[in-house]
Amino acid sequence: MSTPGFSDTEVSGTVSTVQQTIARRRAEGGGALIGYLPVGFPTLTESIDAAVALVANGVDVIELGLPYSDPVMDGPVIQAATQQALANGFKLRHGFEAIKAITAQVDAPVLVMTYWNPVVQYGVERFADDLRASGGAGLITPDLIPDEAGDWMAASERTGLDRVFLAAPSSSDARLVQAIEASRGFVYTVSTMGTTGARAGVDAAARILVERLRAVGCTSACVGLGISTPEQVREILGYADGAIVGSALVKALTDGGVPAVARLALELAAGAQNIRPASSPT
Amino acid sequence: MSLRKKSLRAEPGPYFGDFGGRFVPESLVAALDELTAEYELAKNDPAFAAALMELHRTYTGRPSIITEVPRFAEYAGGARIILKREDLNHTGSHKINNALGQALLTKRIGKTRVIAETGAGQHGVATATVAALFGLECVVYMGEVDTERQALNVARMRLLGAEVVPVKTGSRTLKDAINDAMRDWVTNVETTNYIFGTVAGPHPFPAMVRDFQKIIGEEARQQVLDLTGSLPDAVTACVGGGSNAMGIFHAFLDDPDVALFGYEAAGDGVETLRHAATITKGRPGVLHGARSMLLQDEDGQTVESHSISAGLDYPGVGPEHAWLSSINRATYLPITDDEAMSALRLLSRTEGIIPAIESSHALAGTLELGRALGPEATILVNLSGRGDKDMETAGRYFDLLDEGAEQS
Repeated sequence: MSTPGFSDTEVSGTVSTVQQTIARRRAEGGGALIGYLPVGFPTLTESIDAAVALVANGVDVIELGLPYSDPVMDGPVIQAATQQALANGFKLRHGFEAIKAITAQVDAPVLVMTYWNPVVQYGVERFADDLRASGGAGLITPDLIPDEAGDWMAASERTGLDRVFLAAPSSSDARLVQAIEASRGFVYTVSTMGTTGARAGVDAAARILVERLRAVGCTSACVGLGISTPEQVREILGYADGAIVGSALVKALTDGGVPAVARLALELAAGAQNIRPASSPT
Repeated sequence: MSLRKKSLRAEPGPYFGDFGGRFVPESLVAALDELTAEYELAKNDPAFAAALMELHRTYTGRPSIITEVPRFAEYAGGARIILKREDLNHTGSHKINNALGQALLTKRIGKTRVIAETGAGQHGVATATVAALFGLECVVYMGEVDTERQALNVARMRLLGAEVVPVKTGSRTLKDAINDAMRDWVTNVETTNYIFGTVAGPHPFPAMVRDFQKIIGEEARQQVLDLTGSLPDAVTACVGGGSNAMGIFHAFLDDPDVALFGYEAAGDGVETLRHAATITKGRPGVLHGARSMLLQDEDGQTVESHSISAGLDYPGVGPEHAWLSSINRATYLPITDDEAMSALRLLSRTEGIIPAIESSHALAGTLELGRALGPEATILVNLSGRGDKDMETAGRYFDLLDEGAEQS
């Protein structure tokens, strides 16, 4: 499914690097591994080092979280980390500094995950410009639905930034179509009804939701919420284009610093290899 | 083309001017759509209205009376002051009006579990009450700070069979209780209805909660007409999220000669950082599912609010109030902790009525307003709740407790 202006890959002559990365991983016979870490936790420097370590150890796309005072989609692990980052004095400009520092060291695309009010207060257009200028790939917006996203649609069209909206097990088919048409990069497929945080088993709901998205034309569905092990990554990449790991990485960073994040990333990346035979290069 | 101005009473949401909307995780959209659709059906169903009216009459004790308070009015420049007595409702405040309406709606939708957030505990008590009445499982989220300053209400909720969850994140007050209630709802939406306590939050809550509270103004408008032969010159109420204020304002929105005043909590003073005067000092922003006025820093991080009154200690406000302020239909002014407490004591001593600290903000504002309007004016005040729950705070504030009598 491709609507003019909201197409999968190309807008204003810009090719989405996130989409390219996902396509490359698929061609290699694996799937995309997306790793979340918040800026400023435990410190700004360590959060940058940890993000770089993710990519050095096989993570394909970075989801960089901007700490926010009222994170309703986040479970206790990420809440605690972002609350500490705020207590340490996190400001939005640190987010842009971090993206610059990360993209200077590694090639992977950096998507910013942010609740909506900070973007509104910074100014949607100004935020888009500064995100683009610092090397960011786009935004994941957990509390912005396409219905309310007029300003952001315009700003992302102008700047060519990706916009990742969410699809939930409770979404109607009409809303799935809306999420697909509004998104560029991928559709964030919410694996389960709930907030972020590791779970023992990833819901069957995730597979069903990806199937429902595929049935209405989705070519790029990445699954998040509750994924913490290489086995879960492998299982999800059997049917989805990408797997998103968050709380498990934040917990590793909390408990064991950057070396622990690097170790976990390496293990998770092993789960993202050899899902299916690689396609021959064209 | 008609020259008649559009009624201000017909705003159905989701938007009130530039305010309102739905800024929520996608996971909640289906539940909000369901709630909106069911509410629209219920609103047009005479049986639903009849069931709610019967509960108002036989359970809550509606219509609530009005009481003229001449001894108190002597301190307000001699203006005629009339109280709408929502404090006399079952459970002690206006919150029961909305809780009953949403509980009936929950039964209609067929869900078996309800959740609520609460600040002062009045909405939590009202929700625990209706859950007991209808046999619904009930979980109430309450900031840890508020569970301490409103310990009696925590006991009331537990006695009524509700589970009270003290929220330990963020500022540990009402805003964080709402965050945790939303997280619960995202997770359990299949079985659970969120009985939201005020005219804030995502659509349909601002319009729906207003509709369940507008009975306050509808009754009072007629009662004042019957008593005085004319409409009041001004209507006043305290504003936290703003449900009691919307409830009494709504019936008067199309009466241009009736001035509307909302009194926000100024805490230690709006010149300090310790207040909850959202419209006076805030900027437009997005919090808890709606665009409205908001206390926030330059990065859009919510700023912690402060008020001696737990029920007004909230950095946001309902979007319809933000809109009424933006079009100058209602005026919002700050009242400090000290002004509110002084009005609380004054009403107690002059009229034998102990008001809630929340409602005392409206009383304090009315004292000033009366002096400004003069002895010919009539002012209707929404006395939204009674002060029983505040005795520990008041006891400490006025040093009324004998040594050793204090519990904590």
